[in-house]
Amino acid sequence: MTGSGISSAFSYAPAPESRAVVDIAPSYGLFIDGEFTEPADGGTFKTVNPATEEVLCEVSDAGAGDVDRAVRAARRAYERTWSRLPGRERAKYLFRIARILQERAREFAVLETLDNGKPIKESRDVDVPLSAAWFFYYAGWADKLRYATGGRTARPLGVVGQVIPWNFPLMMLAWKVAPALACGNTVVLKPAETTPLTALLFAEVCRQAELPPGVVNIVTGAGETGRAVAGHPGVDKVAFTGSTEVGKAIARQVAGTSKKVTLELGGKAANIVFDDAAVDQAVEGVVSGIFFNQGHVCCAGSRLLVQESVHDEVLDSLRRRLGTLRLGDPLDKNTDIGAINSAGQLARIHELANAGEAEGAQRWSPACELPDQGYWFPPTVFTGVSQAHRIAREEIFGPVLSVLTFRTAEEAVEKANNTPYGLAAGVWTEKGSRALWTAARLRAGVVWTNTYNRFDPASPFGGYKESGYGREGGRHGLDAYLALDGLDHDGGTGPGLDHGPGVDLEDAR
Amino acid sequence: MSTERLAVRKTYKLYVGGRFPRSESGRSYPVTTAPGGFLANAAMASRKDARDAVVAARKAFPGWSGATAYNRGQVLYRVAELLEGRRAQFADEVRAAEGLTKRDAAGAVDAAVDRLVWYAGWADKIAQITGAANPVAGPYFNLSTSEPTGVVAVLAPHDSSLLGLVSVVAPVVITGNTVVVLASETGPLPAVSLGEVLATSDVPGGVVNVLTGRTAEIAPHLAAHMDVNGLDLAGAPGDLAAELETAAADNLKRVLRPGAEDWAAEPGLTRLTHWLETKTVWHPTGT
Repeated sequence: MTGSGISSAFSYAPAPESRAVVDIAPSYGLFIDGEFTEPADGGTFKTVNPATEEVLCEVSDAGAGDVDRAVRAARRAYERTWSRLPGRERAKYLFRIARILQERAREFAVLETLDNGKPIKESRDVDVPLSAAWFFYYAGWADKLRYATGGRTARPLGVVGQVIPWNFPLMMLAWKVAPALACGNTVVLKPAETTPLTALLFAEVCRQAELPPGVVNIVTGAGETGRAVAGHPGVDKVAFTGSTEVGKAIARQVAGTSKKVTLELGGKAANIVFDDAAVDQAVEGVVSGIFFNQGHVCCAGSRLLVQESVHDEVLDSLRRRLGTLRLGDPLDKNTDIGAINSAGQLARIHELANAGEAEGAQRWSPACELPDQGYWFPPTVFTGVSQAHRIAREEIFGPVLSVLTFRTAEEAVEKANNTPYGLAAGVWTEKGSRALWTAARLRAGVVWTNTYNRFDPASPFGGYKESGYGREGGRHGLDAYLALDGLDHDGGTGPGLDHGPGVDLEDAR
Repeated sequence: MSTERLAVRKTYKLYVGGRFPRSESGRSYPVTTAPGGFLANAAMASRKDARDAVVAARKAFPGWSGATAYNRGQVLYRVAELLEGRRAQFADEVRAAEGLTKRDAAGAVDAAVDRLVWYAGWADKIAQITGAANPVAGPYFNLSTSEPTGVVAVLAPHDSSLLGLVSVVAPVVITGNTVVVLASETGPLPAVSLGEVLATSDVPGGVVNVLTGRTAEIAPHLAAHMDVNGLDLAGAPGDLAAELETAAADNLKRVLRPGAEDWAAEPGLTRLTHWLETKTVWHPTGT
């Protein structure tokens, strides 16, 4: 995209990050019990670079038998090694993993960008550093769990089945694996079908860290593999990040079992801009809120609620800013907007954007040239959107912003909450009492005031309502991976718990 | 010739939105003592009654969740005060409902009063146990607090008509949620009388709604209701629990599965935290 004014006078030369740092094998097996193994039925699928449609390699398609092997390996590792290790020893493994991720950060960033399509500046500055930070944070909890549980006895759950999405492949792995291992569980992880490569490189990290075999198992595949993981009777806990539709299917699948579940699902977050907001900062926040990671973000600020009196000023500034965004080669260090992750996702974005036009909203994109190859969608803003429009109700998961207006703070809150989702929201105002008043009334698990899309391993993340349940991050993130029902006064655990041969976690064994 | 005075019987109705309606269906069912003696005709709630109760609970939610924790604590303590004053009446009802000895029935009522006091004290403390100031790696103020989930449907246990009922309802409301509770099917009368205590205490109408009737008939409607946010399966019949949990997935209700419970034991935190959502608020720091 060529900008106007200064940015066109001083145009950017291409500044591509080198691919030489990654070494992609022609094909990958499944990582089970510390070894790469072939799938039983030999099924494979291809993973492509969404920016070029180049086939990167072949990946194994795990069937039910492969998932069973992985769960049995995880169970053995849980019973024989991992749950019996003192917390301080588990901690050291996780610290090792954090360090290796930092040491191999550039390799992970380039591989993530190749497989996912996100700009290298995001994989380099956000995904990979946060992934390392997540392991570093939870490593420190592994031998301090009894201080986190409010006097209750902490026990691991056992084997954890984890299914993660394609929008932050390595980071979602870190969010899931780090707390699970810190709490003494072992893991069977299924990365997303379109972005398996950083998870497979993570298997290599586990080996470098000399993590005991079977503690982390990685089974690649599509939805069927995920269903096999969630439905396996040997899995004690299911953790899922992805669509609300699949999340509901998992909730039905585990109904009537003793499995614990946490779900981090879709969103339709409102970013509320009051008339006293600092407009330049608010516009920066609105832009990063919806165009960060091409809008492939469950907490994306996909609905801009702007106070009527500043609508024109905010929209003028927003359009001006969008004119300076650079869309193109994700490996270019100057790129702001990368590729859409898959042809399927691109089709969904087209469908919803077309519905927005058909329903009468006004569509606008900056002048923007899309590459010939690959999957691309320009940054898009819809104005004149009503609450009934599909683009105001449905999660688009793409670089599409729907603009609505409000007059009073009460109206803003009512519109923001008028959704079955409840993951995140943004508030922009210079008045502290108004920010707090609004934040308290938004039915959402994360509220960013005068900022947006900030993440940190110490900060709990997760939704209200149909955005799922459970929290990832912080002390709260431990709850998802511990049996906490017991009272500590008699040293016992609560009633109705049966976690097989699970062991009480102690610090100083 | 002297005759024994004929007792004035009470009509047991539903408690919905602060009022005591009969079932809109006009139905009732006979409630008996454990050996089978007639006690009363209780209202047999219908699907429409359940929906009305959810509407009442939703309407009460903003006010109740917006009240200060201190206020909610005082209100629940007030319920304990009034229940204390009616211990004899409740002991008789619990004894008839559960077939207990006089002493055990009185003990169950005392425990229910104490349970209310215990939960009342949690009102302005649970957020301090569950919340956190999070040390993020950047110039941000970052605070996690807990907020009520919303409208919670509770299937009260069948074997503990008052203590069990109080043990499942109190944690829901003390955290700022509102509740639709389906009373013990076999021993619903103490629940209706508890409604009378609630109506004459300071609990706003609609915060607690009590239905009596057939669990197997009403529970599926509550489990599938799209404006219910949580479902406590404490009193779910064993063969129905999985089906109800499946229905609850339609809007991802927070489900508390049935388990072996000792209602006399100190409850722990599970029933409080299960109906709370964690909200994390970020704000930049700077001049």
